[in-house]
Amino acid sequence: MDMLAFARGPGLHWSLTILFVGVFWRLTGILLLRRSPDYSVARISGWWTGALRLIALRSWPRREFSATTSFPTLIGYLFHIGLAVIVFGLQQHILLIRSLTGLSWPNLPSGLVNLTAGVTAASMLALLIRRMTNPVLRLLSNFDDYFSWLVAFLPVATGMLAVAHLGARYETLLALHMLSAELLFVWFPFGKLMHASLIFLSRGTSGALLTRKGAAI
Amino acid sequence: MRETLDQSLRRQGVSRRAFLKYCTALASLMALPPGMAPAIAAALGKAMRPSVIWLSFQECTGCTESLTRSNAPTLEDLIFNSISLDYHETLQAASGTAAEAAREQAMKAFYGKYLLIVDGSVATGLQGAYSTVAGVTNLDELKKVAAGAAAVVAVGSCSSFGGLPMAHPNPTGAVAVSDIITDKPVINVPGCPPIPVVITGVLAHFLTYGTLPETDLHRRPKMFYGETIHDRCYRRPFYDQGKFAHTFDDEGARNGWCLYELGCKGPITYNSCATLKWNEGTSFPIESGHGCLGCSEPKFWDKGSFYQPLSGGTWTDSGTLLAAAAAGVAVGAGAAVLSRARQHHAQEEK
Repeated sequence: MDMLAFARGPGLHWSLTILFVGVFWRLTGILLLRRSPDYSVARISGWWTGALRLIALRSWPRREFSATTSFPTLIGYLFHIGLAVIVFGLQQHILLIRSLTGLSWPNLPSGLVNLTAGVTAASMLALLIRRMTNPVLRLLSNFDDYFSWLVAFLPVATGMLAVAHLGARYETLLALHMLSAELLFVWFPFGKLMHASLIFLSRGTSGALLTRKGAAI
Repeated sequence: MRETLDQSLRRQGVSRRAFLKYCTALASLMALPPGMAPAIAAALGKAMRPSVIWLSFQECTGCTESLTRSNAPTLEDLIFNSISLDYHETLQAASGTAAEAAREQAMKAFYGKYLLIVDGSVATGLQGAYSTVAGVTNLDELKKVAAGAAAVVAVGSCSSFGGLPMAHPNPTGAVAVSDIITDKPVINVPGCPPIPVVITGVLAHFLTYGTLPETDLHRRPKMFYGETIHDRCYRRPFYDQGKFAHTFDDEGARNGWCLYELGCKGPITYNSCATLKWNEGTSFPIESGHGCLGCSEPKFWDKGSFYQPLSGGTWTDSGTLLAAAAAGVAVGAGAAVLSRARQHHAQEEK
């Protein structure tokens, strides 16, 4: 079995299996945790509006900190939106999703996706450089931060090389691209990439609790 | 005394001009400068008709059909016929013990000099008993004939890589020629079948330079297998634009858009179909509206459906993913029960 056959077959199979088991394991485990009973009277009713409000508010820098957080927020949005455009806009990715779920939709022009990939890769590099040069961020960062960045960056980089046919034979580049995505699938539930599944849940929970207590959000 | 190739061609009515044109085209195919055409013509013209022994093993005769009958009579055919066939089970007039005697005679007369062409994979199961000719297994015959060959040319995907006979579960234990012959120069000319001019090009190179042409990692001549079908496909601009045919008869298909979504394996298939084409340069499968099957690549039968896009998986389906999700929920619920028990225990200790 060559590398591409492995990547399209057993590699994809087991990485997605690990991804699904891991994500549902963690979500179920967190959601079923025992919570301390709250005997106080809710100061504000409609906890869900507070949840939605906090999700929206935390998605943009507060005015007081805009000078220091605007740049990483902007770059962060760039690469997150870029990743979404690449994953859900490129025909090859849609075909993969279709082969797994039966769902498909019209693709974006390849040129637009390629441009987006370039912007995404540049944004991710900028964030890495910031993380490595900012003294506070450097102290806060651990292996999980750097490894999660790497497994998110590798599929973008190898995908660009595969599209451009640069550096190796196409089948090798395609196999490396698929294997790098499979590494991401495997790491996703167990590292900080899991924030993609938890971010709105955690923010919403905080918003609901704070609202119930009558705290200003 | 055997006649030279030039003499043989003239006897068959091929003009010097036509021969030179062929040599020029050959030089171009081999990526040689145009100035090399006269050198090729001189070398080919002087070449004595080399003895060629053609062995057919586990095969369908498609390679022979392709090489000898696809668009007869062409110059490729004439050259092919001129230099070959001291032994070819399908084409030779002799049969039975007379045919085997002809092979033995050619092997004895040109020992160490003859060219061995093989089409078909070699059965190794049951000591090779799955495929025999005149009571001799293909395995034994290959070893015996290859011992006296100057070089071995594996024609077609079966002899090059095992092909269809080697497809899972490979009941005959089929292997490629290069898996058996390791002490001789072996060159693979894969395809199901290969393009006629590719095999004559390889033979012409052997006659001109006395060596087999430079090969890639799969022992294929780089001059013919150096680029993918995708690299040279006339539909490539549509791939780059993201325009794909979704079915074989939709508007995209009628507009000639890329066939990637319909399972085309052009991006990972190294061959000259898009440039040399078939049937006297008329067209090739993609031009006829069907995606490339990847027939010149190893194990192309076992790489998933011909109609599954390259980026699609070959194993996983939604059922597997649902089962994985259910397993995750079960594990998560178990973890939560344990956590709750620990939380409860911790609270009681307070």
